Amino acid sequence: MLYYIFRRIVWSIPFFFAISLFAFLIIQAPPGDYLTTYAARLEAQGQVVDQARLETLRERFALGEPILVQYFNWISGIITRGDFGISFEFQQPVSEMIGQRMALSVVLATSTLFFTWAIALPIGIYSAVRQYTAGDYFFSILGFIGLATPNFLIALALMYYGTVHLGADVTGLFSPEYANAPWSGAKVVDLLKHLIIPVVIVGTASTASLIRVMRANLLDELFKPYVVTARAKGLSEFRLLMKYPVRIALNPFVSTIGWAFPQIVSGSTIVAVVLSLPTADPLMLDALLSQDMYLAGAFILLLSVLSIVGMLVSDILLALIDPRIRYT
Amino acid sequence: MELQHTATPSDPRAADDVAEASQARLIWEKFRKHRVALVSLYIVGAFYVVALFAEFFQPFDPNLTSRTDVYHPPQMIRLTYVDDMGKRVFAPHVQKQKLTRDKLTLKASYAPVENERVFLRLFPKVETYKLVNLIPVNRTLFGPVNQGERFYLFGSDRLGRDMFSRIVAGTRISMSIGLVGVGMSLVLGLIIGGAAGYFGGWFDTASSRVIELMLSIPTIPIWLGLSAALPPSLDPLTRYFMITLILSLIGWTELARVVRGRFMAMRSEDFVTAGRLDGASPRRVIFRHMMPSLVSHIIASVSLAIPVMILAETSLSFLGLGLMPPSISWGVLLKEAQNIRSIAQAEWLFIPGGFVVVVVLALNFLGDGLRDAADPYSQHGA
Repeated sequence: MLYYIFRRIVWSIPFFFAISLFAFLIIQAPPGDYLTTYAARLEAQGQVVDQARLETLRERFALGEPILVQYFNWISGIITRGDFGISFEFQQPVSEMIGQRMALSVVLATSTLFFTWAIALPIGIYSAVRQYTAGDYFFSILGFIGLATPNFLIALALMYYGTVHLGADVTGLFSPEYANAPWSGAKVVDLLKHLIIPVVIVGTASTASLIRVMRANLLDELFKPYVVTARAKGLSEFRLLMKYPVRIALNPFVSTIGWAFPQIVSGSTIVAVVLSLPTADPLMLDALLSQDMYLAGAFILLLSVLSIVGMLVSDILLALIDPRIRYT
Repeated sequence: MELQHTATPSDPRAADDVAEASQARLIWEKFRKHRVALVSLYIVGAFYVVALFAEFFQPFDPNLTSRTDVYHPPQMIRLTYVDDMGKRVFAPHVQKQKLTRDKLTLKASYAPVENERVFLRLFPKVETYKLVNLIPVNRTLFGPVNQGERFYLFGSDRLGRDMFSRIVAGTRISMSIGLVGVGMSLVLGLIIGGAAGYFGGWFDTASSRVIELMLSIPTIPIWLGLSAALPPSLDPLTRYFMITLILSLIGWTELARVVRGRFMAMRSEDFVTAGRLDGASPRRVIFRHMMPSLVSHIIASVSLAIPVMILAETSLSFLGLGLMPPSISWGVLLKEAQNIRSIAQAEWLFIPGGFVVVVVLALNFLGDGLRDAADPYSQHGA
């Protein structure tokens, strides 16, 4: 088991490098660099652009070097010193700016994942056991609509409902009085209260697809001979269900975390922008729009790493519950 | 009656009928029994007709602004009214509404004007336009009897543009971006997935790793990054193609996986081996022997990939990094509904979202139905 985990972790290292290179190429893709954007903006404001100053900036950020050299400088800084470079826009080290925002992104993503499981598992089992009943149809229809509705639309609709009909503010993750307060028990409670709406919105699509996966998997197992045998020997229906078919159906369910996690990270981007949550995503969007290279790159990299970690966790969990995977 | 429908051995005619039916017909017969999928097929078909002939379905120029009709609420079409003589007359119309502003708060509100109606008719004369950029036409499906009058089925936006016409115009881009994008990812997916599945070996290993990598990264940040790289000065058509290209750069992986899996499974089938032993070239084996049994699966996965593309375009445009005005897509329209002030004032800006949901739902059901029908071993509807 330990060997398996070790192998799996080693395996993800080349993945990490491939993704970091990818992230770097993406932020390098726009024509020109931050300084040309910066100079154009100064000119548009009618200010004089000081060539010497531009040159110093260019040298300081090593923008003149070939791309691979720039990449190497960037990635080695991150690995050895945790140095993500400096945000051009805010003139601050990136690592200072993203800390709390990334932490909140992680909180949002993981709580969404748990929410998704907590909802999808029982509903999936129910829909499979009571196939073609009113309840099954109800959840199926709800699931299809959840799949077809873009996340931001649900966010907008809830925002509209909250503001117009309830007079409540559903945006943000903190009440105003806690936004800049130091961490305390009351602040955590406040965060949890605000977390519910984004979690529900982000989790809808993946919950819907997980319900379908669980239902289909369980339906495949329910009519197999071993279930009949277990029933014949007098096991109560609930224990029978939990002890045999659900355990087997759970298998593909766990492996879906691998893809559900990137999907959740992806979905939270838009929802965070709409609801103006203080997570990584709105700042990333701004950084991308203003070509603030190091800032945007750090976010893309970290969000991707978050997905890789999700995959890793799902693979390890899978090995834990299914011995067949461990030993091959 | 019942006997004629089921092919029993006692009825040789019916048995022959099924035995000789082409694969396409078998699939269609099976698909037809799937009610929801069949209805979805009609819905999707209708949307593509509207997308193709968009100009014909929009009563007004979608970019025509009207300063007196800013945030005009939607109007209902009424079929009859009671005239001065007290007689009920058949004449489709909408009630005219007038803009009044509160003197103190400047809040705009619309009040219906008694006895003033905008009469509507089918096929009214309008200025000549080119249908699908080819055929000159001077009529639309429906519109006001008197040219120059305006009505708003789905309300108007902040510049007084007719939302109905804009949604119809957006149908063209939103529906086609799915097709074009899936077309591009299909080419990539077929070539890469097909080669990986047929030849196996190092190419299979390498491409599987790449696919795994692409599936493990969150798509929206990557899409955002790539589209932020497009210069904002691009003309609408180039931007449209760049965006579809970006969408399909990520989207091909899922298709490639499906194709690869199918090829893998089929490679060891007897008829493929027989073809190869007969000295057929890989190209002939792939296209003549393997493709026919793959086509239906590919069609099914394509119809499931289209809604993903549509949702992706909508999300990107909504964030301001996809298509941009003057292009009109459902995502561009929904961008108007982005802040709470405008939706609190004009709920009808949500309407494009409803269309997104309907189309995506219909495409999903259609894809599910096709997949079930194309699978010879499925138990549903058989």
